[in-house]
Amino acid sequence: MSAVRVEGLTRRFGQAPAVLDRLDLTIAPGAFTALLGHSGSGKSTLLRLLAGLDDVSEGRIERPDAVSVVFQEARLLPWKRVWQNVALGQTDADARDRAHAVLEEVGLGHRIDAWPLTLSGGEAQRVALARALVREPKLLMLDEPFAALDALTRMRMQGLVEDLWARHGCAVLLVTHDVDEALTLADRAVVLERGRIGTDLRVDLPRPRRHASPEREDLRRRLLAALHVHEHAA
Amino acid sequence: MSETAIRTRYIARRHTSARAGVSPGLRRQGAILLPGLRRLASPLLLLVIWQAGCSAGLIPARLLASPAQIAVTFWSLLQDGTLPVNLGVSLGRAGLGLAIAVVVGIGLGLVSGLSRIGEEVVDAPMQILRTLPALALVPLFILWFGIGETPKIALVALGAVFPIYLNLHKGIRGLDPKLLEMARTLNLTRAQTIRDVVLPGALPDLLVGFRFAVGISWLMLVVAEQVNAQSGIGHMMMDAQDFLRTDIIMVGLAIYGLLGLGSDQFVRFLERRLLAWRPVYGAERRA
Ligand SMILES: Nc1ncnc2c1ncn2[C@@H]1O[C@H](COP(=O)(O)OP(=O)(O)OP(=O)(O)O)[C@@H](O)[C@H]1O
Ligand SMILES: [Mg+2]
Repeated sequence: MSAVRVEGLTRRFGQAPAVLDRLDLTIAPGAFTALLGHSGSGKSTLLRLLAGLDDVSEGRIERPDAVSVVFQEARLLPWKRVWQNVALGQTDADARDRAHAVLEEVGLGHRIDAWPLTLSGGEAQRVALARALVREPKLLMLDEPFAALDALTRMRMQGLVEDLWARHGCAVLLVTHDVDEALTLADRAVVLERGRIGTDLRVDLPRPRRHASPEREDLRRRLLAALHVHEHAA
Repeated sequence: MSETAIRTRYIARRHTSARAGVSPGLRRQGAILLPGLRRLASPLLLLVIWQAGCSAGLIPARLLASPAQIAVTFWSLLQDGTLPVNLGVSLGRAGLGLAIAVVVGIGLGLVSGLSRIGEEVVDAPMQILRTLPALALVPLFILWFGIGETPKIALVALGAVFPIYLNLHKGIRGLDPKLLEMARTLNLTRAQTIRDVVLPGALPDLLVGFRFAVGISWLMLVVAEQVNAQSGIGHMMMDAQDFLRTDIIMVGLAIYGLLGLGSDQFVRFLERRLLAWRPVYGAERRA
């Protein structure tokens, strides 16, 4: 049993070398996986294929039907109220109630009737999270969802995502540039290198993981090395 | 306009009103009332000078009736039913022509905005036709449709259809592709996407087009009614010309002016209602 199975996935744009080159990846149900890699290494490309936004031409993808994506920008419809954005496309009678319940979960129960353009960046991103969760996905994909937020808000959002993941039990695939974020949230950190999963680390640290530990330092060093970042270089 | 642009302006506005120590509500009220009054002062002054010129005999009534005379004529035209009847006819023509333009313009805009083939079929002819001055078609329309109601309504519809089509098309093409992509990740059906994403997203542009269309339909109506008509405001004015009745002509002009103003207010009202989601909207001043 697996939530996601990717086999031999290849994706190229024009004549350039393949961005994804016979990539294999399996994600267990309910697992929290962090996907790292250089800018331009193909993380978003992989996510778009998994989300069904682009067609698979070479290779195979097995994934649940219920998948949700949250992007770096909230992508809310400005002309729909917050709860309508969350309930978008949900046609059942209790859609509004379910939207309200999830918005409570992300701490926005009091803003359900607000217009999206009146929200702060962090609030908008929480609405996007609620919109993803109301569909009860088996796989939740997050493409650098906190990158545009300030450090404090980002830490709160990380805590929120961890809680939501624990409660909803969906598999999470989080794209991030931030090694510490990966080590705080994920069970497993994979690094995309030259079109494939190069480094694949189990992150077996006790939660909550706010504190430094020798194990964490070790994992951190190995991830940074995989990303070819040398700590004293800068 | 992009999401961030709107947000930034919104924040800037909140910021400045907070700094000025005035609540946004008060500020808005003041912004509507004060310039409104100030803007009336200069036209009123002109009116007074005009009346004085007429009373002193400096302006012959044959060329330009006095404001007081125009008011009296207005009243009598209202009393004997001439004005209401002709106004009704004109409003009917403009309304019907505009309605046809809205239906056709939105239909064509959707076809060319939503499909590549539709765009190829519809857009090129529309872009070519729009460069024709619609008024130049008057002789042709009279040949085709005779001198009844049809050529007048058709002329209004023809003039008004282009701004509606062009702006809707632009609005749909200018939609944020990220929102459309989002609609796909949420598994929205095509109908849901059009209803919840495409149409509301293109609505601001469509309303701009509608405002232009309303203005153009009055223009088309004026010409249509003056060239060949037995009724309507334009006809009333042409009739008055034969009897050197500048007062009646001025009443007609005033009516056209009021119609233009009224319909503009109506479109603004529509915009405020339909675009309530723009936080800047209520406070934004647009000419
Ligand atoms: N539609 C496209 N057409 C052509 N090239 C593309 C397209 N989409 C992505 N690419 C290329 O594929 C490569 C991988 O892009 P991708 O967006 O997946 O990178 P990424 O790992 O998400 O980077 P970042 O961390 O900066 O978001 C880049 O070199 C990019 O230029
Ligand atoms: Mg990316």
